Amino acid sequence: MHRSTPVEQVKLIDRFSTSNKSLMGTLYLTATHLLFIDSSQKETWILHHHIAAVEKLALTTSGCPLVIQCKNFRVVHFIVPRERDCHDIYNSLLQLSKPASYDELYAFSYNPKQNESKRLQGWQLIDLAEEYKRMGVPNSNWQLSDANRDYEICDSYPRELYVPRTASKPVIVGSSKFRSKGRFPVLSYYHRDKEAAICRCSQPLSGFSARCLEDENMLHAISIANPAHHYMYVMDTRPKLNAMANRAAGKGYENEDNYANIRFQFVGIENIHVMRSSLQKLLEVSGTKALSVNSFLSGLENSGWLRHIKAVLDAAIFLAKAVAVENATVLVHCSDGWDRTSQVCSLGSLLLDAHYRTIRGFMVLIEKDWISFGHKFSDRCGQLDGDPKEISPVFTQFLEGVWHLTEQFPQAFEYNEAFLLQIHEHVHSCQFGNFLGNCQKEREELKLKEKTYSFWPFLLDEQKKYLNPLYNQDFSQKLVLLEPNTASFNFKFWRNMYHQFDRTMHPRQSVFNLIMTMSEQNKQLEKDFKELEAVSIVK
Amino acid sequence: MEFAELIKTAKVENVQLSCPGLPPIKGTLCITSHHLLLSSQPGGHGEQGTVELWLLIRNVDAVEKRIASSLGTITLKCKDLKVLQLEIPGMEECLNIASSTEALSSVDSVMMMYPFFYRPQSMKLKDGWQLYPLQHYYQQIASETSAWRLSCVNGDFTICSSYPLAVIVPATVDDNVLKKAARFRQGGRFPVLSYYHKKNGTVMLRSSQPLIGPNRKRCQEDELLLSAVLDGGERGFIIDTRSAQAAKQARVMGGGTEPKSSYPRWKRLHRPLERGRPLQESFIKLVEACNDTSLSMDRWLSKLESSKWLAHVKGALSTACLAAQCMEREEACILVHGAEGTDTTLLVTALAQVILDPDCRTLTGFQGLLEREWIEAGHPFHFRCAHSAYSHARLKQEAPIFLLFLDCVWQLGHQFPFSLQFNEHLLLVLFEHTYASCYGTFLCNSEKERCLCEVKEKTHSLWSWLNQPSELKKHLNPLYTYNALVIWPSVEPQSLQLWQGLFLRWIRSSQYLDEAWAEIQRLVTNCEDAPEESAGRTLCHSQPDAAYPLTITGTANEG
Repeated sequence: MHRSTPVEQVKLIDRFSTSNKSLMGTLYLTATHLLFIDSSQKETWILHHHIAAVEKLALTTSGCPLVIQCKNFRVVHFIVPRERDCHDIYNSLLQLSKPASYDELYAFSYNPKQNESKRLQGWQLIDLAEEYKRMGVPNSNWQLSDANRDYEICDSYPRELYVPRTASKPVIVGSSKFRSKGRFPVLSYYHRDKEAAICRCSQPLSGFSARCLEDENMLHAISIANPAHHYMYVMDTRPKLNAMANRAAGKGYENEDNYANIRFQFVGIENIHVMRSSLQKLLEVSGTKALSVNSFLSGLENSGWLRHIKAVLDAAIFLAKAVAVENATVLVHCSDGWDRTSQVCSLGSLLLDAHYRTIRGFMVLIEKDWISFGHKFSDRCGQLDGDPKEISPVFTQFLEGVWHLTEQFPQAFEYNEAFLLQIHEHVHSCQFGNFLGNCQKEREELKLKEKTYSFWPFLLDEQKKYLNPLYNQDFSQKLVLLEPNTASFNFKFWRNMYHQFDRTMHPRQSVFNLIMTMSEQNKQLEKDFKELEAVSIVK
Repeated sequence: MEFAELIKTAKVENVQLSCPGLPPIKGTLCITSHHLLLSSQPGGHGEQGTVELWLLIRNVDAVEKRIASSLGTITLKCKDLKVLQLEIPGMEECLNIASSTEALSSVDSVMMMYPFFYRPQSMKLKDGWQLYPLQHYYQQIASETSAWRLSCVNGDFTICSSYPLAVIVPATVDDNVLKKAARFRQGGRFPVLSYYHKKNGTVMLRSSQPLIGPNRKRCQEDELLLSAVLDGGERGFIIDTRSAQAAKQARVMGGGTEPKSSYPRWKRLHRPLERGRPLQESFIKLVEACNDTSLSMDRWLSKLESSKWLAHVKGALSTACLAAQCMEREEACILVHGAEGTDTTLLVTALAQVILDPDCRTLTGFQGLLEREWIEAGHPFHFRCAHSAYSHARLKQEAPIFLLFLDCVWQLGHQFPFSLQFNEHLLLVLFEHTYASCYGTFLCNSEKERCLCEVKEKTHSLWSWLNQPSELKKHLNPLYTYNALVIWPSVEPQSLQLWQGLFLRWIRSSQYLDEAWAEIQRLVTNCEDAPEESAGRTLCHSQPDAAYPLTITGTANEG
């Protein structure tokens, strides 16, 4: 127990109640959680790592208000009777919510009392080599490269990378030197039927006129790895202006004249800073008390949030169509190739491949395009006390894109909204090792597989909660490609994400729960029936 | 008038019909007194082609034509928001079809409308018209209390032309008092009972505004009538659907609102709700925004906002919640009125009943509610639904107040998906039939007009069609389970949704959503066919107390 607590007679205020409804209770600080127990013994647990901001407001007659905003969008408003207590809690929380080093994170102390072999098994649950095999690589055109086996050419990439067979080691090395952070073009997804690929990389160091023969060869190799290689797309997911500005810093984008048979395309997704401030504006609006419809809609518009979600989805659709309709290979990049590129590659694959619309497949997708390819979870989620400008809701946007797809295709996904919310929860909780650190190399150095638990087996254990009762496997097989409608009116504010803790805003009855129960009953009945049949046959 | 005079070209060959989401069809276009028909090219030898389009001309809201050389294109914008395109070879034919459609769609005489000509073989004329007599509703009340009586003071529609023949009033007040009170209320709409809350015996009354006027007139009978509603020391609430200022200003024109001094036991609350022209404009703007699929996100959100439609939804739901709360939580009687008492008043009283009373949430209960609170209560459907969102005609008295009600009910269904026995489809059907119908149910502005036009003798009732088992099935909510509780909705903007099923019905494909619903239906049917009692139904409870009360007192706008 922390020295400043327990504090009694603390009030918890419902932030949307017009009558200032509140609960009286006692506040505790543990090493990992803040705990509030109200007079009816109901417990509210808040993980320190979930705390995004703590604010102490001006003293009122009833006490000192303390507002805590969480990364999972919970907002709690306490009133602590004595200012001194409030100040102590405030200071403690500031410290506890911003650990200075990884070893202070919850994952290193979290102990679910599981035996060691089971813990290790957990880390083996998702096997990316298996995944590439499922896609159909290696094959006559694509092979596993050992160029990065010891992280020698790119420390933010995984060790195992798939590249075209025709790309020689010098080409790979040369290309990596011409790409920001050494992130040269590698395979992200292979479409077995179309023999087309989704590849990813970072921006070229082209400046105003620089060229690199190896990089040009690399793209050519990717292009001819597709037997129907008339052309390949290069998608720069940044707005054109940003990409052009990068040229002044010696970076930039591919010149169509220098690369054979490429079709270059900007798609205009904004950078992490724009996204951060967009989400902040969104939360400001949605957190307003007694909000009018017009302020809500104009706030939603001004935040730009849904515009960004639409841009990400539009880019993914462009990508998926190029593969499925034109049989074309696409190379995707942004600046460093770990934010927008991860969004577009993973959402594009999700549109193309029904496997990623299953529970296990979705885990694989996150493991591949986000974790292994070095999306900087630690920086983007602010796991440690670091540069606040590195924080950005890039992964949240990916989940929101998936949610929008589940809304348009209710039968195409094995998982449900609760699954997405739970993943969001634990990307920020630092309770499991999977999302700690910024890249695989760092994770190995942290010895996460030895010292922490993997999230996936825990998620899988609870999978009953995350099944979509309407899921229809045949539906997914029937369609080559999910083609969502992205007319603006299809985009909705994701209430169950941004107000997941504000229960008064939710529908009072859940169709989902009901259908879930019914579908379970149906399955049980079918089972019973089959057993009865079997028994009667035996007789 | 003869319809034939309006039809200049009755038949055109080789017309191409296109509507969004479907492949174009070529065929023969025929125009009759009430319908536009398009039958696809017959297979040959006098064989009949299949009829691809059977459009009630009354459903046409706007006709737009464009002529390029000898090919004319007519765009038919329908009141149900569907948009059709006809490509007609021949300039003259095109112009003729356009002008005939326009003329036939704007026939104003009620008795010339299709319901007076529609004679389906499977239905009898008299059926359905006596399904929900007020007497039945009164008997339910009478079995609980003797405080109310059924009065026939308006038996010949002379006291109030927009009220039905019978109304429910306090038993202690005689007809002479009612007659005098009626003279003190706009259009003679004296306070009558709208809803009796069985749970605690409180009632909801409705009326029009009192004719206070600039000289601050009083009417003893009106005061008597209202105080007869309250027992002993009880206090009641008056919910005025205008702002305090608007209510005050109405005095200049002879109207006004109940002053505290004359009605000391009634506390007035003002909750301004939009009506009339601004509401119609809101509808038009929203439909315009929905029809433009190329809008950028920013433009879409800004158009959605500037249409103000969802703000009206929020306003209506909040006010209905307030009314419901006064009765359920404060255990007080209430009177609801605006100015005429035929629009926002009915919106609030009808909606409050859906929120409070589980009986109004069944299919028949809801039909009864519509019959009592909208049709018999004198909502002027003929005026309000003359045109929909596309019409170029000069607006007169159009306003989608009933559509707003349907939208609010849809929001309730969305938040309480097991508590309404009917589904979205019923709401869509009701929307369509208020604007154009082959049934007489929504014709005219009042019972008096319906009597004069002999609507109940000469047309079929929508209810008798809807209640045929084959139709009924389509309108049932498979998830329905009786919920005795009050259903308090969330009225936060984050909880309100655009009613896509209506406003985007013809614009986006709903194939995958429809298939998902079919799957739900299948799961439920399987579950119900199971031998055991379905446990699923009882596992899910609504959480009525998760609702936040709206504060009744302490708000601005009080009288």
